[in-house]
Amino acid sequence: MAEAVTAVAAPDAQASGARPGRALTIGRAALRWLGAVPFGVYIALGLVAPTIAIAIAAFQSNSGAMTTANLDGAVHGVYLTGLENSLELSAITAVLGGIFGLLIAYAISTARRGTVLRRVVLTLSGVFANFGGVPLALLFIAALSTTGVVTGWIKDVTGVNIWDHGFTLFDLSGVIIVYMYFQIPLMVLVILPALEGLRPAWREAAQNMGASAWQYWRYVGGPVLFPPFLGCLLLLFGSGLSAYATAEALTGGTISLTSIQIGALLNGNVIAGQENLAYALGLIMILIITVAMILYALLQRRAARWLQ
Amino acid sequence: MTKTVVAVLAAASTAALAAGCGSSNNNSSGSSSVDWAKVTHLTASGPDSMANLVKAAEKEGQLNVITLPSNWANYGNIMKDFTAKYHIHISDAIPEGSSGQELQAVETEKGQSRAPDVVDVGTAFAVEGASKGLWAPYEVQTWSDIPAIAKDTNGDYYADYGGYVAIGYNPAKVKVAPTSFKSLENPAYKNMIGLNNSPTTAGAAFAAVYAAALANGGSYSNILPGIEFFAKLKKEGNFVPTAIGGPSTVQNGTTPILIWWDYLLASEVKPVVPGFKIVIPSDASFASYYDQAISATAPDPAAARLWEEYLYSTTGQNLWLQGYARPIELSTLVANGTVDKTAYAALPPAPAGALTFPTQAQDATAENVVTQDWAKDVG
Repeated sequence: MAEAVTAVAAPDAQASGARPGRALTIGRAALRWLGAVPFGVYIALGLVAPTIAIAIAAFQSNSGAMTTANLDGAVHGVYLTGLENSLELSAITAVLGGIFGLLIAYAISTARRGTVLRRVVLTLSGVFANFGGVPLALLFIAALSTTGVVTGWIKDVTGVNIWDHGFTLFDLSGVIIVYMYFQIPLMVLVILPALEGLRPAWREAAQNMGASAWQYWRYVGGPVLFPPFLGCLLLLFGSGLSAYATAEALTGGTISLTSIQIGALLNGNVIAGQENLAYALGLIMILIITVAMILYALLQRRAARWLQ
Repeated sequence: MTKTVVAVLAAASTAALAAGCGSSNNNSSGSSSVDWAKVTHLTASGPDSMANLVKAAEKEGQLNVITLPSNWANYGNIMKDFTAKYHIHISDAIPEGSSGQELQAVETEKGQSRAPDVVDVGTAFAVEGASKGLWAPYEVQTWSDIPAIAKDTNGDYYADYGGYVAIGYNPAKVKVAPTSFKSLENPAYKNMIGLNNSPTTAGAAFAAVYAAALANGGSYSNILPGIEFFAKLKKEGNFVPTAIGGPSTVQNGTTPILIWWDYLLASEVKPVVPGFKIVIPSDASFASYYDQAISATAPDPAAARLWEEYLYSTTGQNLWLQGYARPIELSTLVANGTVDKTAYAALPPAPAGALTFPTQAQDATAENVVTQDWAKDVG
């Protein structure tokens, strides 16, 4: 918005030949760039430099010679399985979390702004979406393990011990359940602005023309929401892909996930001297996230046509 | 006959030469002229004596250690006592870090005054560091008390403390006492047995799989039966594959049976679980020791060497033992009657027979097999 104002103001100043005004604009532009310097430095040091370092190390052997052996190893055997599992886990938790999150967010969006329920749900979503790591795993173990509190309640109420009927926290299905804990609130937070962008006037217009609820969603609401919905799924996908400590804590490496494998190669006490393989795996994850983020940006651009 | 005489003569002349060097060194400018970074062992007298080492180390006044948790193997008290004794300040970088991070720090912080002086690493990392030339060879005064199998012939690294893979259990929840790996297949142990972490990440869990291999027809060169054993336990529902096995999972009943190092079960779980029992499985004795090494680029070379002398003194060895870690010179302490008897009695008795370890090659093979097959077979 501010940029547009400047753009309009500048030609005016030029046309009238008012030099002080022009100098002021240039000064303002310079100031604006100056303001961006800390962020630029932060991005350069925190994102660009490490990415370059990882990309270089991924192609180096232990002695520093150039090699493609790391990348080759990263897409074969147990590491390929790890990538497949990581993609599968991220996709499943993104879709499930996305659907439940969308429903909750829709419920909130229909509530009046400023109601207590709405504020509580949004605040809690902000907290839960950032909850993860070993504490999250411990929380679920305390609640739902064989001797967990909730397991006990369920047994008291229904007489059924869920653990005797195939329930477990300690495999892929358990990890998916636990990931829902942060994926759903994350979806609520990121999809809500899109839902609020659906103008009541559109619905009224559709109804005036005799559209049913189904027709409204099929031809108006759905198409407008679809790009941001997909974009949000990509964000959830990225969040699932990078989560690490929770899955590690729950499964003890019995399911291969790329993030866990990188941890084992870099920080482990067992495997020595294969750090560059970890960098190759990291590079692949960076590529996956890059593709996801480019798609996200494209979808956002499309979504911006209607939702502003 | 003649040959022997020549040899003796040669040895005598070498000794004389060495003595000559020593004394000339001593005359030039006293202890401060000694380049402690190059000293590979102490001598009874002269510039490289213990007394001069203490002086030089106190002058440095600083020792950089890394990844030593204060509640691990009694390191908190050990560091406190060392500082009190020699007035040398100790900086402990990333106390909860891993062996891999120690090596990284030695390499990346080279030349900085905060770089690690000494490390305490798993053997695989000690060997890797030696192959990269990161360590300064050094033989402590009690070098001969360290079993030959537990030290590098060049003096680059040397075992410090360790223990045996053991089974710990909470008798309040485990009615039948486990005695061996085989006994863990008992259906009564459904959803009860845990490792401390993933064997692809943690040395202790890796050792547990190795020990299980020994109990199930495997060997140091064949760890696969260990993986298959845990796969079987998982299929039967006995094995709970959480990676956060420890005092809390024993307490809350997630893993009332925990396979871990005997010294960690004794130091971390036993104090918080009343009646907790620790047994070394009758069908597998698998020991592992951590290693000490001095960084070749240590910023405080004298303090680093004094630290090692201190750790391998009777005091240092007994302090480790008080932290339930078995010091490498334990048998000498027992034989000399200098062992702390209360601390010694707190650990389960060591299995009979000489200490054995897998070779580096066997260990590396086993690491690869676990990395490749653990998730595939057990998951």
